[in-house]
Amino acid sequence: MIIAERKPVDEIVEMVADAKRVLVLGCRGCVSVCSAGGEREVEILASLLRLGARKEGRTLETIEATMVRQCDREYIEAIDQWAGRYDAIVSMACGVGVNFIANLRPDDIVYPGVNTGCMGGSAEQGVWTEQCAGCGNCVLHLTGGLCPVARCAKSLMNGPCGGSQNGECEINKDVPCIWQSIHDRLTRTGRRADMDRVAPIRDWSSAGHGGPRKVVRDDLTV
Amino acid sequence: MSFTPDIQIFCCHYTSQQAIAEGAAGLKEDGLPAGVAINRLPCSGKLRVSTLLKAFEDGADGVCVVGCPADKCHNVSGSRRAAHRVLAVKKALAELGVEEERIEMFHLERGFHPEFIDAAVTMNERVMGFGPSPFRDEEKTAIKTPKKKVAVKKPARKGGKKK
Repeated sequence: MIIAERKPVDEIVEMVADAKRVLVLGCRGCVSVCSAGGEREVEILASLLRLGARKEGRTLETIEATMVRQCDREYIEAIDQWAGRYDAIVSMACGVGVNFIANLRPDDIVYPGVNTGCMGGSAEQGVWTEQCAGCGNCVLHLTGGLCPVARCAKSLMNGPCGGSQNGECEINKDVPCIWQSIHDRLTRTGRRADMDRVAPIRDWSSAGHGGPRKVVRDDLTV
Repeated sequence: MSFTPDIQIFCCHYTSQQAIAEGAAGLKEDGLPAGVAINRLPCSGKLRVSTLLKAFEDGADGVCVVGCPADKCHNVSGSRRAAHRVLAVKKALAELGVEEERIEMFHLERGFHPEFIDAAVTMNERVMGFGPSPFRDEEKTAIKTPKKKVAVKKPARKGGKKK
């Protein structure tokens, strides 16, 4: 899922300083699962925005709503139901949702309520770790399912760097050296020979280095 | 500046059992500050962040959460959950430039009556020092109806059930 975290409240209060009515819009997708922008977080942020405004001697009205997703056109169109009732939208979806609202509602003012972090998973309750960089050219079949792009600090493709010590990454002892983990896992599963394959020089254009990426599926387009 | 702070206490059934048994008159006699309202919950883990924030929206100058000792919660981890939610509100208050000490978590043994009163007195004195909440909507609080307080009923057996 996409991992996000609410922005500091004072930042958001400042964003909406000119608004008297704010639509706080959550998303029931990834940000709901990582407790950053779901229904509960919408309720909390709306309350904090009202408190922040009141502290500055203003009155702020909020509409609280949560959409199934904010990354599909049909859900964004549903914002019409609140037309004329808000001066600005604070989207608690990931950056995709904010962009979609901006793309599809040219006259609406939209602000981000969260900082979008990474694609990851829940390591334990309240802890999420990055697992995938979305680089567009997956090599997990060669690395035992562990990603050297997202989980190696240097995104190395041919084994660990000299900073790997006792299975720990040199950037932080809490970060395992993923190449050590790849080696251990391939050895354990009898696929150590995969380590001998030399990865060719990588074309990073699929990772966004060639500009914004676009996926077109001819079998789905109409 | 002299004022009577509006302190909202959210407490679990167990930590407040003996205090509630005192009844309103008894609590007053024991020194529970005048502006303190007791909101009783089955477990402090039931508390939501939005409930704590709403207390401030409704005019509270300070909020106090009382739950079981962190390692002896009747519901295993309820008071630890409550403590985390209090921390979340503290962080938000700090981000808004408001004294984060306006909300506090207290872990008390069940049935310990003087300590319960002490927690209320501590919060009252602390908030007296801070002054009225900067979130107070004077117009609204001026016409605000008295808060619904938890009915203080005398249970059949006085005192908390010990583990």
